Amino acid sequence: MNFWEKLSNLGKKWIYLMIAICVIVPLFFKFEFKMGKSPSTMGLYNKIESIAPDSFPFLMSYDYDPSTQGELSPMAIAILRHAFASHKRVMLMSLLPQGIGLAEGVTSRVAKEFNEYAIKEGKDTVVYGTDYVVLPFTPGASAVMLSIGESLKNTFVTDYYGNLTDTLECMKNVYNYNQIPVTISLAGSSVPKSWIIYAYTRYNEKIACGVTAVSAADFYPYLRTGQFVGMLTGLRGAAEYENLVRENYNVEGRDIAIIGMSPQSFAHLFIIFMIILGNISYFIVKKQKARSL
Amino acid sequence: MSTNIWVWIAAILTLAIYSFLYKDNIIYKIAEYLLVGVSIGYTTAITWHNVIIAKMVVPVVDYHRYYMIIPAVIGCLMFTRFFKKVSWLSKIPISFVIGAGAGLGLPLAFQTYIIEHSKDTIAIPWHGGNTMLLVDAILIFIGVVATLVYFFFSVKHKGVVGKIANIGIWYIMISFGATFGFTVMARMSLFIDRMQFLLHDWLGLIH
Amino acid sequence: MKRKLPLLIVMILGIGMTIQYFVPHPLSMNIYRIILDWMIIIGAFYLVLGIGGVLIINYHKIKRRKENWWLSIITIVSLFFVAFIGIFNGVRSETLFMKIFSNVQLPMQAAIFSLLAFYITSAAFRSFRAKTAESTVLLIVATIIMIGNIPLSKYVPGSSVFAEWILSVLNLAGQRGILLGVGLGMAATSIKIILGIERSYLGGGQ
Repeated sequence: MNFWEKLSNLGKKWIYLMIAICVIVPLFFKFEFKMGKSPSTMGLYNKIESIAPDSFPFLMSYDYDPSTQGELSPMAIAILRHAFASHKRVMLMSLLPQGIGLAEGVTSRVAKEFNEYAIKEGKDTVVYGTDYVVLPFTPGASAVMLSIGESLKNTFVTDYYGNLTDTLECMKNVYNYNQIPVTISLAGSSVPKSWIIYAYTRYNEKIACGVTAVSAADFYPYLRTGQFVGMLTGLRGAAEYENLVRENYNVEGRDIAIIGMSPQSFAHLFIIFMIILGNISYFIVKKQKARSL
Repeated sequence: MSTNIWVWIAAILTLAIYSFLYKDNIIYKIAEYLLVGVSIGYTTAITWHNVIIAKMVVPVVDYHRYYMIIPAVIGCLMFTRFFKKVSWLSKIPISFVIGAGAGLGLPLAFQTYIIEHSKDTIAIPWHGGNTMLLVDAILIFIGVVATLVYFFFSVKHKGVVGKIANIGIWYIMISFGATFGFTVMARMSLFIDRMQFLLHDWLGLIH
Repeated sequence: MKRKLPLLIVMILGIGMTIQYFVPHPLSMNIYRIILDWMIIIGAFYLVLGIGGVLIINYHKIKRRKENWWLSIITIVSLFFVAFIGIFNGVRSETLFMKIFSNVQLPMQAAIFSLLAFYITSAAFRSFRAKTAESTVLLIVATIIMIGNIPLSKYVPGSSVFAEWILSVLNLAGQRGILLGVGLGMAATSIKIILGIERSYLGGGQ
């Protein structure tokens, strides 16, 4: 067996080890990257910026489960930091049972972290019930989206903790989509399309999304038609948003997505190298076998 | 290094899952079965608090919406599937949801998918003299038509139709290439997240 | 009756809700709101059924002493433990229930899906071959997208702009063609369900 044949038969455990090194080693070094500002990310950022402070809350739906939280939770954290720093009210919900656990966990953590920073800097803290509300998981996705359009408080009679939504300051005078400036769906599947079908098409609600990179290519047609006002694409989108929030508000907190861009870069370069190397070894071995026949 | 017992539990379970990369083993299997049990138990508790209490008990007890008992009774018919003689009753709640869902979705899906996207494809505006935008719009029009022709198998892909379908193949390959590139990005991101947890939250080795 | 009643329900509701979309009369809107409420409540029972299904499968596995039956005991014990502490102790973030979700379920589920990073790397080396012109284009576009979406793309001038252009023009066209086909398929399937031609949702023998 010559070198190219040995390379073609390279054991998968060696490949696993190499990709692990490509991801782990860059995490030990601090790379300063200048993040871009893609039009789809700016669309979402500008939409939230345009909401008047301490007015009607926007709606963010955690339509994902722990399997995709690596890409989507950094987006949720960045958007929440943006909302809290710019005094925008927010309602959190989920169409999935696991999503609501993520919604409650992430939101509580970010609110606690933000309040520690706000107290230190002498800024306004965020209060549950006034600045943000976590709504309970409700089954029946399409029915929920349509039901919000008719009556938000009928759809969510209580919040996640059992408080009647009638009594919450954040939801005062919020009856349906007419009072909700934008609905953001963070999803690892095609749920944002359902939000367009039921909330945008029927009720003209503005929809934005944060999606895993796997499904991002599918959603570009909706950006062009304006059915999405903005879109965050995977970890890169989360990193761009974190960068925007850091530039404009300088909120304290670890930028998970920006830190993740260095191993992401090296992993991509490694994969490209492996594709090229795999093809070269394949064609050389093929040629050698043809010659020997 | 973290002194929080829960972080250690999370780290050990993460490594138990990664042990599968070496080979399938009993530690991985235990973690897998534990995951199934915990996630179903979690769903049960969330369903109790967020659905049964919030959607059924509170509206009836606090807001006196007694008519909510009717859909609850229809929903209970689903459990008749475990009893052979009356199992046909379990099809009633399924029919309700499917029928209503199909009726609600039909005009909306048509509007969302067909009308909006056809409108955007056919309308090729001049965009005030921006040639690149005009070129983009023409390329999109050609691509959409060619892709649709490729998937139209009622006519043989020969002659003019064959040539247009061939153009469609190229557009589809470009779309799949984009999807593949993004898929690599997505998979790596998930692994990067776990490594950040192990190296930062658990071992405290990175910033 | 057993076969016709479910189909009748589907037809009446399907046609009714389609017509309702075009009728803004208060009576039509009231019926619409009631149907939505009922759909949400009935939908909750799907979850309960799913939970029951898992219990039954694992119970049978233990009873019949199938391979690795003792692992099913772990599933059932953990299921009941987490369910009970969640129901009786609450589901707030500081509770034992949420600590288990955040430190047992979340990391394991995330780790299982992160294994895909290794498989895709292995597949990239072993399987992704530029054997035809079309597959070569696929791999070239994938490479451009991978380079264009990382910060290091600044060392390849124009790569991120080119990647964005491919996504928002060429990729969009291909995706839109597929989307239009899917949309027509969805509409056709909905009509078939409403008219009772498509009955697979009712289970076998229909």
